[in-house]
Amino acid sequence: MGKTFAEKVWEAHVVRRAPGEPDLLYIDLHLVHEVTSPQAFDGLRLAGRPVRRPDLTIATEDHNVPTEGTELPITDPVSRLQVETLRKNCAELGIRLHPMGDAEQGIVHVIGPQLGLTQPGMTVVCGDSHTSTHGAFGALAFGIGTSEVEHVLATQTLPLTPFRTMAVTVTGRLRPGVTAKDVILAVIATIGTGGGQGYVIEYRGEAIQALSMEARMTVCNMSIEAGARAGMIAPDETTFEFLRGRPHAPTGANWDAAVAYWRSLRTDDDATFDAEVVLDADTLTPYVTWGTNPGQGSPLGGRVPDPAEYGDPAARAAAEKALSYMDLTPGTPLRDIRVDTVFLGSCTNGRIEDLRAAAEVVRGRRVAGSVRMLVVPGSMRVKAQAEAEGLDQIFTAAGAQWRSAGCSMCLGMNPDQLAPGERSASTSNRNFEGRQGKGGRTHLVSPLVAAATAVAGHLAAPADLAPAGLAPAETED
Amino acid sequence: MEKFTTHTGRAVPLRRGNVDTDQIIPAVYLKRVTRTGFADGLFSAWRANEPDFVLNNPRYDGASVLVAGPDFGTGSSREHAVWALQDYGFRVVLSPRFADIFRGNSLKSGLLTVLVPQDVVDELWDRVEADPSLAVTVDLERRQVRYADRVVDFELDDYTRWRLMEGLDDIGLTLRHVAAVSEFERTRPAWLPTTM
Repeated sequence: MGKTFAEKVWEAHVVRRAPGEPDLLYIDLHLVHEVTSPQAFDGLRLAGRPVRRPDLTIATEDHNVPTEGTELPITDPVSRLQVETLRKNCAELGIRLHPMGDAEQGIVHVIGPQLGLTQPGMTVVCGDSHTSTHGAFGALAFGIGTSEVEHVLATQTLPLTPFRTMAVTVTGRLRPGVTAKDVILAVIATIGTGGGQGYVIEYRGEAIQALSMEARMTVCNMSIEAGARAGMIAPDETTFEFLRGRPHAPTGANWDAAVAYWRSLRTDDDATFDAEVVLDADTLTPYVTWGTNPGQGSPLGGRVPDPAEYGDPAARAAAEKALSYMDLTPGTPLRDIRVDTVFLGSCTNGRIEDLRAAAEVVRGRRVAGSVRMLVVPGSMRVKAQAEAEGLDQIFTAAGAQWRSAGCSMCLGMNPDQLAPGERSASTSNRNFEGRQGKGGRTHLVSPLVAAATAVAGHLAAPADLAPAGLAPAETED
Repeated sequence: MEKFTTHTGRAVPLRRGNVDTDQIIPAVYLKRVTRTGFADGLFSAWRANEPDFVLNNPRYDGASVLVAGPDFGTGSSREHAVWALQDYGFRVVLSPRFADIFRGNSLKSGLLTVLVPQDVVDELWDRVEADPSLAVTVDLERRQVRYADRVVDFELDDYTRWRLMEGLDDIGLTLRHVAAVSEFERTRPAWLPTTM
C-alpha cells in the first residue's frame, strides 16, 4: 500500500525503532525564541549536557520585544531579563541569534522560511505551537514544549509516536476577496478545535495548489487551531521558486539533487488517510470569528448565532459563555460589530503579501477616527521590503501606526495590548479570552477584512467600502 | 522527575470544555525564566474576574485532582501551563480529551493526564459538588481511577507508564542511543541546511 507524504517524511527521519517504544526521530532544524527556552537551557546546564547541534539551531527575539523604540533597552525589567537570558545562552553555547535591531530579526516562523532554512521534507520544531507554519514547504513541522526543547538541544532528536493522517481537500477556486485565512477559518469551523487532534493534516486540491507560499503558510499556521500537530502541503514549482536563491537554499548540484528528492514528496495514489474532509472553495466567502475560540466563526455576511439553536448542550454553554465575554447579542449582523483596534501582523498574516493586500485597501482612504490600526511586519526583512515598496507611507497616510517586527498584539506579551473591554479585528490566530490583553475581545479576520474594517470602523470587506477618496470613512455604516 | 505510582486526593470540578492554555496561564506570566513559581498565574483571569469560579470556592482548597471538560489544554505550547497546575498542587487532570501538545508536556513533567469518558467526568462533577471530601484515587500501576464504589479503567501506553512510574529522564533514555544518532547523521543528505 502507498504512503502519504507525511509518512514518507517521518520514515526518512527514524533514527531508531523498537517494539513498544516511540520512534526516535531526527530533527533537521530547531528554532528557538526567548519565552520557551530559558528553562531548557538551565536544564542542560544542570545536567552538564552540551548542545548537540548548534549548527542546526537558530534563535530570534520575537514574543515579548517591543515594536517601537526598539533601539532603546527594553523598559519592562522582566521582559528585558528574558531577552538578555537568551542572548547569554546563545553566546555561551554558540547558537546563532538574531536580536532586536538585527536585519534578520523577526517572528520565528517568518524568518525560517525567509532565510531558506525551511525546506521540503525536513523535520522542524520550535517551542511554539505555530511551528506548523513551516509545513507549507512540505516539512514536517510541529510545536513542542520546553522539556522537548531541552531534549532537542541535547540530542537533536525526539521520541514520538506516529501521528495519524488527515486529508483536507479544498476543491475549486477561491473567489476574489477570499483568502487563505478564510479557508483555514472555515476548515476550523468545520472540524472544530479538537477535530485535528492526533493528526497531521495534508492540505490538497486545486485551491491549495493555486496558493502562493505566503498563503500556504497562513493555512498551515493555523492547523494547531484545529487541534492538529502539523499541517503540510506537498512541495511543487511554487515552493521551489520561493526557495531558489534564498541564503540557505542549496545551490548548484546540491540544488538539483534536492529538487529531485523534493519532487518525490507526494502522497501515493493508493495511499489512504485516517480521515478526510472536503471543502468547496467556490462557496467560501470572507470568514470572521464571533466567539472565544477559532472554531467559533461564520461568514462575514452572517449574524451572531443564537446559542439556543445549538443541539449539543456543551456547544450551547460554550457559545453562551463566549457571547457573554464578547458582549454580543444573538442575531446581530456581523457587519454591525464596531471595533476599536485593528491589528495587522503575526506569524499568520505578517508577511509581505499580507501587507500588500491590506495596503491596497487603505490606499487613498483613512482609518476611521474611532479606530487605532497597528501594522506590525512579521520580520525586519518584511519591514524593509514594505518600505522599499512605499507600503509604510500608505499605512501612515491613512492614519495607521507602522511598527517594527515581533509577535506584538497577537499575544500581548509586549506593550501592544488591548485594554479591558476593547474590541479588535485581528489577523492573528487566537481569539481566546484575554489573549490580546486582559479583558480584550478579538475577532479573527483576513488582512483584507482587517484593512476594510479599519476604514469602516466595523467588520467589513473591501467591497463594502465606498471608492477611495470619495466618501468620508465614518459614513460607512 | 518525581515517580508517579498512585495518588489519592480530593477533586475540583472544572465544568468547562475547550480550556486553552492562555486561560490556564496568561502570557504575561511567561516572561519568567524559572521553572517554578507559577501558581499565582493559574487561571488568573478567571480567579480575578469570576467570583463563582471553582478555584475561588474554599470548599475545594487543597484538592489535587482536576476534573475538566473535553479539549483541555488547547492552543499555545507553553509548558508553563503544566508547571502552573503542578505549582498550584495538582497531580492529576482527568478529561475526556486533551490537546496533543499539552498532553505531551504534562507526561514529560510528571503531571498525569488521564483520559476518562464524559459520563465519568459528569458523574465526578456531580459527586464532588455534593461532597468535596470525596477521595479520588488515580492508580497508574493498575491504570484505574477509583472513587466511592466506582472503578474506571484508563489507557496509557506501557512505555509512558513505565517512564512515569520510574520517574525517568527522557533525555537520559535517548542518550543511551547516541551511537544510532551519530550513525543517522552520517546518512543525512548534503543539501540540508545549517544555520551557520
